[in-house]
Amino acid sequence: MPKKPTGKTESLFVSGHRACHGCGLALAVRHILEATGSNVIVVSPTGCLETFSSPYGFSPWRVPWIHHVFENAPAIASGVAAALRAQHRESTRVVAIGGDGATFDIGFGSLSGMLERGDDVLYICADNGAYMNTGGQRSGATPFCAATTTHPAGKTSLGKTERKKDLPEIVAAHGVPYVATASVAYLGDLKQKVKKAMTLHGPRYIQIDTPCPSVWNFPSHLTLEMGRLGVNSGLVPLFEMLDGKISKVKKLRVKVPVIEYLKQQKRFQHLVVKEASRGSLMAVQEQADRNIEKYKLMA
Amino acid sequence: MADIRVVEGSEAVALAVKACRPHVIAAYPISPQTHIVETLARMVADGDLNAEYVRVESEFSAASVVSGASTAGSRSYTASASQGLLLMTEVLYASAGMRLPFVITGVNRSISAPINIQVDHQDTISLRDSGVIQLYVESAQEAYDMHLAAFKIAEDPSIMLPVMVCMDGWVLTHSYERVEFLDQEAVDRFLPPFKPENYLDTANPKTWGSYAEEDVLMEFKYSIHKAMTEGKSCIRKIMAELTALTGRDYGGLVEAYRTGDAEVVLVAMGSMAGTIKDAVDDMRREGKKVGLIRIRCYRPFPYEDLVAAVRGAKVVAVLDANVSMGSEGAVGLDVKSKLIGRPGVPMVIDFIAGLGGREVNSTAVREIVDRAERLSSSGLPPPEAEWLDLNPAIVP
Amino acid sequence: MKISSGAVVEGGTSLNYKTGNWRDQRPEIDPESCKQCGICQEVCPDDAVRQVRDRYEIDYNFCKGCGICAYECTAEAIRMKNEEK
Ligand SMILES: Cc1ncc(C[n+]2csc(CCOP(=O)(O)OP(=O)(O)O)c2C)c(N)n1
Ligand SMILES: [Mg+2]
Repeated sequence: MPKKPTGKTESLFVSGHRACHGCGLALAVRHILEATGSNVIVVSPTGCLETFSSPYGFSPWRVPWIHHVFENAPAIASGVAAALRAQHRESTRVVAIGGDGATFDIGFGSLSGMLERGDDVLYICADNGAYMNTGGQRSGATPFCAATTTHPAGKTSLGKTERKKDLPEIVAAHGVPYVATASVAYLGDLKQKVKKAMTLHGPRYIQIDTPCPSVWNFPSHLTLEMGRLGVNSGLVPLFEMLDGKISKVKKLRVKVPVIEYLKQQKRFQHLVVKEASRGSLMAVQEQADRNIEKYKLMA
Repeated sequence: MADIRVVEGSEAVALAVKACRPHVIAAYPISPQTHIVETLARMVADGDLNAEYVRVESEFSAASVVSGASTAGSRSYTASASQGLLLMTEVLYASAGMRLPFVITGVNRSISAPINIQVDHQDTISLRDSGVIQLYVESAQEAYDMHLAAFKIAEDPSIMLPVMVCMDGWVLTHSYERVEFLDQEAVDRFLPPFKPENYLDTANPKTWGSYAEEDVLMEFKYSIHKAMTEGKSCIRKIMAELTALTGRDYGGLVEAYRTGDAEVVLVAMGSMAGTIKDAVDDMRREGKKVGLIRIRCYRPFPYEDLVAAVRGAKVVAVLDANVSMGSEGAVGLDVKSKLIGRPGVPMVIDFIAGLGGREVNSTAVREIVDRAERLSSSGLPPPEAEWLDLNPAIVP
Repeated sequence: MKISSGAVVEGGTSLNYKTGNWRDQRPEIDPESCKQCGICQEVCPDDAVRQVRDRYEIDYNFCKGCGICAYECTAEAIRMKNEEK
């Protein structure tokens, strides 16, 4: 059903940023801020978002924003939250938006500390599955079998040999009130989850799948399509956890075979074209099937 | 009535911090810094100090929490030592670049490996290039007073940089000393509430931590350097105010002790100065013209005060409780670089002294003075830095 | 103009940096087919679709030509055309 024009208010993340064509991350940020409203302070670690949104003199941020270094966004956010408490400005909320490398890997200690302390921060990981800002190296969030520049596919390699770290579960194990996954392919769902998180207090975590046309290497108009295929194959399960328990999942209407997702991205081409990789392809499919079972994704 | 008590150095620091009314304190334990943050924790637990006390999971996060809080407009404080200070390094550079005026106590302790928990200055010296202002103190009393000054210096609109008060581990943090405390009203008059021009404010959204290209990067770096070098006059002014307030002489960025007519001038930082002053007094009684320059403000480097104080001396001997491996001690290098090329300057000899808690006693000080005198009148060029009291027999 | 203290920047100033010249392909909305659903505006990573009264318009000052709007438009009302340079 076509929607009526929304008469939407001015964006809090405006044009003129320097993200690549079709950047899923840039799209996510605008919608995150639409959901949080303007009474927030945003913290970001070093990464693509920081690089494309903060050339000196040209800021797209219409909310106060701070980038400090790569591995400390959670602690910076804790400090901001502590200052807001001390100044009795708690009505202003703190949101961190960081990449998967910052979140899963180098800033993980800082994140865990922030979660364990119970600081009032909504931490959003914009997950594009690699270190994009430095050209696409492997991270703890890189999916199984994806080729990256530090773990390329080659004569003796089929890309990443390890699974993606299950960070939502790890975050939930800290006993935080809210954990969710979302995708730029489902912007309404994404915004609803951010809004829901904003109604709660304490540390909250949302992991958003943000396809990257430049490094996953697919045509820039397919960003949402790639997100949809990821979700509908079961590789990117969308769910919400309240107090550590799954409270809601996004059901799949039709299950898409993982090959439909993989074949459109150069990082998985070796799985598509190589006979030798059949076993790995099956392993990726099994992983999707396990997700479907674990999260009960089929309607 | 003056409030005078015998307290542990760490408690003196905690009381100074409390008197400065910080909003946010971040704490992570490491010897010999721990008593400071434990004392502050007790104050918060007892309701004597109204501050957000953030118990972080690392020093990296401690420095980050105070950086975030400072950007949000809150006066903030943390402390560390040794390995912890090194872990903070990246954060401190960024915070100086972003002009965040928090205060940090750098409790001096040796750096691994081998691991060692005794005092030397290698840790804080490693941060000398970061853009953090560094003050080195000699006593618990001075530690108390300098923490009050530190916040005022950091927050001065012309400076806006982190300030680190460096104090020797154990010697100053864990010994009991007579300390005279100011009353709260006097501190409040000296240090008004922190009201930065910019802070994270939703009514006036600004962007912090930009990416600067080569067209402006040097200018940003230069502006930090300028805030430091031109900031020396501001620091002097604040020290003069502190002198008036406390009646204790903090007149300069260096303390010149009996240097007026000195032929041999020793240079040192921190608590070692106490021993040196006693030795100077002894040698003076014997007719030797010896004096001491104790550097209080190491960054910015007070070369004007130094040049003035060594005028007329024959030789300057620097005691460096640190070493730049493969070169010499940091203070020695600074002193030489500022004296070189001036007419009639004395020879400068560097001594690496007191690493990992090795005692520098009055006999050692006398030996330095003798060696310096002999070398300066030998007609030979100044030697490489000498490692004082080294036992070469056990070095493979 | 003097540089700011600590490189602090006013928010929203990227509007002074036009990214329109990054474009190879130019989306054009056919007003006849457009159903005013607003999806194009929703999905634009560059916030370069504006609602002008009851219509949607591409802001060519900023549109980088990624083509997401054309692909996602359910009414197939947006065509990508080669940019003449
Ligand atoms: C301490 C440190 N190590 C490495 C880097 C280099 N670096 C900058 S951004 C980045 C990758 C960021 O990856 P991610 O967090 O996934 O964000 P993305 O760019 O993919 O959005 C790296 C490795 C750095 N800036 N600091
Ligand atoms: Mg990434």
